[in-house]
Amino acid sequence: MSGGARLENANPLIFQRTGERLQTANDEDEDVADPIDDREIFDLIRSINDPEHPLSLEELNVVEQVRVRVDDQENTVGVEFTPTIPHCSMATLIGLSIKVKLLRSLPERFKIDVHITPGTHASEDAVNKQLADKERVAAALENSQLLEVVNQCLISNARTG
Amino acid sequence: MKDTLALLQKFNAHPDSRCWYVAWNPKGTLLASCGGDRAIRIWGREGDSWECKTVLQDGHQRAVRKVAWSPCGNYLASASFDATTCIWKKKNDDFECLTVLEGHENEVKCAAWAPSGNLLATCSRDKSVWIWEVDEEDEYECVSVVNSHTQDAKHVVWHPTQELLASCSYDNNVCVYKEEDDDWECRATLEGHTSTVWGLTFDPSGQRLASCSDDRTVKIWKECQPGGGQGTDTAWKCVCTLSGFHGRTVYDIAWCPLTGALATACGDDGVRVFKEDETADPDQPVFSLSAHVPKAHSQDVNCIAWNPKEAGLLVSRSDNGEIAVWNYQSEV
Repeated sequence: MSGGARLENANPLIFQRTGERLQTANDEDEDVADPIDDREIFDLIRSINDPEHPLSLEELNVVEQVRVRVDDQENTVGVEFTPTIPHCSMATLIGLSIKVKLLRSLPERFKIDVHITPGTHASEDAVNKQLADKERVAAALENSQLLEVVNQCLISNARTG
Repeated sequence: MKDTLALLQKFNAHPDSRCWYVAWNPKGTLLASCGGDRAIRIWGREGDSWECKTVLQDGHQRAVRKVAWSPCGNYLASASFDATTCIWKKKNDDFECLTVLEGHENEVKCAAWAPSGNLLATCSRDKSVWIWEVDEEDEYECVSVVNSHTQDAKHVVWHPTQELLASCSYDNNVCVYKEEDDDWECRATLEGHTSTVWGLTFDPSGQRLASCSDDRTVKIWKECQPGGGQGTDTAWKCVCTLSGFHGRTVYDIAWCPLTGALATACGDDGVRVFKEDETADPDQPVFSLSAHVPKAHSQDVNCIAWNPKEAGLLVSRSDNGEIAVWNYQSEV
């Protein structure tokens, strides 16, 4: 994926995947509306592939369920992600992949905010600002090469998907 | 005393794509809209509803970000992510692409005509603002490239009567430009916002400028003459900040040339109108929230524009491609 260059983080820590969600009686009841909650958002983003390694963002602990905040009533979703190293140059790409995944999967009414976990990246303000600027995001996604790289990250892996 | 903002009509302008901008023609009879589908649509009123009169396609290879009507109403300029600005000329009910202005390195974010109709300004993610001159033969020539911003330039707007230009940027600042010896220069840098400034609008007299930002505030700036008033540099001071009203980024702001009401388009899906307190000191203006529609659209409101001829007629645009037409009534 990174074209043969040296990997930025050659020995990432790998974390264990959490199990499948347990269904409650309410979940199975067709007449009860399922509000969108943290776990559902996490399920959407956990299997996003890391651009560098054949591992998911969950396995690299880049995304964690505790760092997902959803308010179904207020229509807001906030995701904090933690790059594996503070100078990770893929941070913007990872953030963009998370944002795109959520934009494509969630109802239109949701406002999606993706940030770097505070204190975990050298350029977090700059990356956060880019991810929050929808004009920049829209223009970037019109770039076919970048879109292709993002889509690669979002391909659901048979193993994890 | 009850001010109201009533919905007159809502229609879908750009199906399946985002609608970025909408602009009234100078006569207030037509609306031009543009969007992610790379097309420009011209809408005219038929009785109580709005009908699409023309679709201008094939002008751009990527999304069209903004459109602007020339002061005479016969030309349209469209700014696109494909790094070009297209100039269209009106021929009966249709528009013909006259010329394509190239030069910016990447996405053009805005195009605006000077009140004389002889100058056009464009700005881009490449951080620059370009000033173009147009002659009687419809020939365009770039006369100045100004690089005052350190990041993307988001919007440009001309003073209502003078040849004075203002631009705002991702670098959180607003710049004001004047011509000096055939060259355009940045005369003042207005700092104060803590995040990207998305929109700008002059008040009807041109003495004040309002800016709106990702920092969720609106700032009102006034020009003040430093010292003896003979200096060539102008100073602009922030005389008012409206904060605590907007839940998310304020994407656009428009000052009504007829009534002086200030309307904002916000990322929290709401449309708001502010009115100025007539009794306040002109150097310390006071604005209050006059009308607010919290869920004006189901998604972010990107653009807001007052009809130049009909007082109280307001149009707003949203990410879901919808255009809404409103009637603002104020009891003074």
